[in-house]
Amino acid sequence: MTDNVIKIQNLTFGYGSELLHKGINMNFKKGKVSAIMGGSGSGKTTILKLIGGQIKPKSGSILVENKIVHEQNRSGIYKLRRKMGMLFQHGALFTDLSVYENVAFPMREHTNLPENIIKDLVLLKLNAVGLRGAYKLMPTELSGGMARRVALARAIALDPDIIMYDEPFAGLDPISMAVICDLIRSLNDALGATSIIVTHDVAETFSFADYIYFVADGIVAAEGSPKQLMASKLPFVRQFIHSEKDGPVPFHVAAPTYNLDLGL
Amino acid sequence: MKSLINFFEKIGYSVTSRIKRLGTASRLLFLILVSSGESFRRFQLTMKEIYFTGVMSLVIIIVSAFFVGMVLGLQGYYTLEKYGSSEAIGVLVALSLVRELGPVVTALLFAGRAGTAITAEIGLMKATEQLSAMEMMAVSPIQRIIAPRFWAGVISMPILASIFSMVGILGGYVIAVIVIGVDEGAFWSQMQANVDFRYDIVNGVIKSLVFGVACTIIALFEGFDAPPTAEGVSRATTRTVVTSSLVILGLDFIMTSFMLGG
Repeated sequence: MTDNVIKIQNLTFGYGSELLHKGINMNFKKGKVSAIMGGSGSGKTTILKLIGGQIKPKSGSILVENKIVHEQNRSGIYKLRRKMGMLFQHGALFTDLSVYENVAFPMREHTNLPENIIKDLVLLKLNAVGLRGAYKLMPTELSGGMARRVALARAIALDPDIIMYDEPFAGLDPISMAVICDLIRSLNDALGATSIIVTHDVAETFSFADYIYFVADGIVAAEGSPKQLMASKLPFVRQFIHSEKDGPVPFHVAAPTYNLDLGL
Repeated sequence: MKSLINFFEKIGYSVTSRIKRLGTASRLLFLILVSSGESFRRFQLTMKEIYFTGVMSLVIIIVSAFFVGMVLGLQGYYTLEKYGSSEAIGVLVALSLVRELGPVVTALLFAGRAGTAITAEIGLMKATEQLSAMEMMAVSPIQRIIAPRFWAGVISMPILASIFSMVGILGGYVIAVIVIGVDEGAFWSQMQANVDFRYDIVNGVIKSLVFGVACTIIALFEGFDAPPTAEGVSRATTRTVVTSSLVILGLDFIMTSFMLGG
């Protein structure tokens, strides 16, 4: 039996009077890898920030383990975040700390483990992402893919119940991309965690995700398993999956006619 | 008429935004004070920052102090000689340094060297999502990053100002006694007789403590409040130097008025 670890109910959010999300409903089930997909600026990363309690919704709610996130006080939010791990788009490694210290950081902050245990755990986590040999390096000495793998090791340092990935494939070469895909799946299954991936990389996500939400125009435009979405006839989904130039999602931002702008 | 309204609107906006920033900075100071327990429980965090802000500023402080002391020795000697009291050069150098130049010049140099480094570091940590990452790990950046830097600045400033005054006096000694040939006994004994511990030295330390709080909170606030872009961090760094310098000079005048009046 699977149960919903995270529930998003009628969520609206926006900056000023502009609404980015206009009533979003999502459910993330335990042990599953779910993806949130959509074009740039569709508010995918914002959903992760709302789940993490970094920002508050205008209306609606997000429940993490049946607790409404935005109603929690600071200590309540921190308590929830201890169950979460987040991989930021560019890794967000602490540049003044070595790879080893970056991974050890959450352990040092939240546990009283002795140094020898911390060392074993850090090397274990780094081994899981294939970077045990790089533990002495500084973040500036790492490639983009390596930095993201270290950030992933840091995100799973305390074996979180929920792992969130913000654009984990952006700017990676095909080999690193395949490694990260494999890691997300295997870590989720090994930890029995709930993973949420925010991405717009279709091929990689469809290869390993269990459930996918498509966000467009502030609502969930489509949802389903990769197989269901592949068979979808919805114009938006077809345009996105098959990278079609023409379709409901315009390439150009609304503007006056070209001739008018050029003064012709 | 419309341009006049725009003019007043701009003034109004400028004043209210400054008041808002002052309010946000005061709130940050309050949060730092209530989150400071960790900075002392895990004092190695504060010690690390004392090294970066204090120890790394030593070279600029010592070199500047030596030159300031030598200039004071030269200028002081040629002025005092006209009145036949060149033996008072020691007192002049010591009082100038302990009461004013030590705390003020140290604070100005601190703002330029350590203050800008703090602002740039915090601003870049914000721009590269390091502070957000820390928040998401349920670690308060105020407690872990901001508070240790604040206390490091507050602890370092009086020590740096004391070193500045000592090295400055040494510079004055080199010029007055060794180069010009003022009597060494008169140089030191006049200084000993006329520099009061409570009135001169303690007041100087109080000044440098206040400057330490002001400079560090300005540097931290500017970094924390910087827009997360290259331009935002660069502007914040510039504002740190300008605001700190003006605040130091303004506070110095206010404190000197009270101290002399008392």
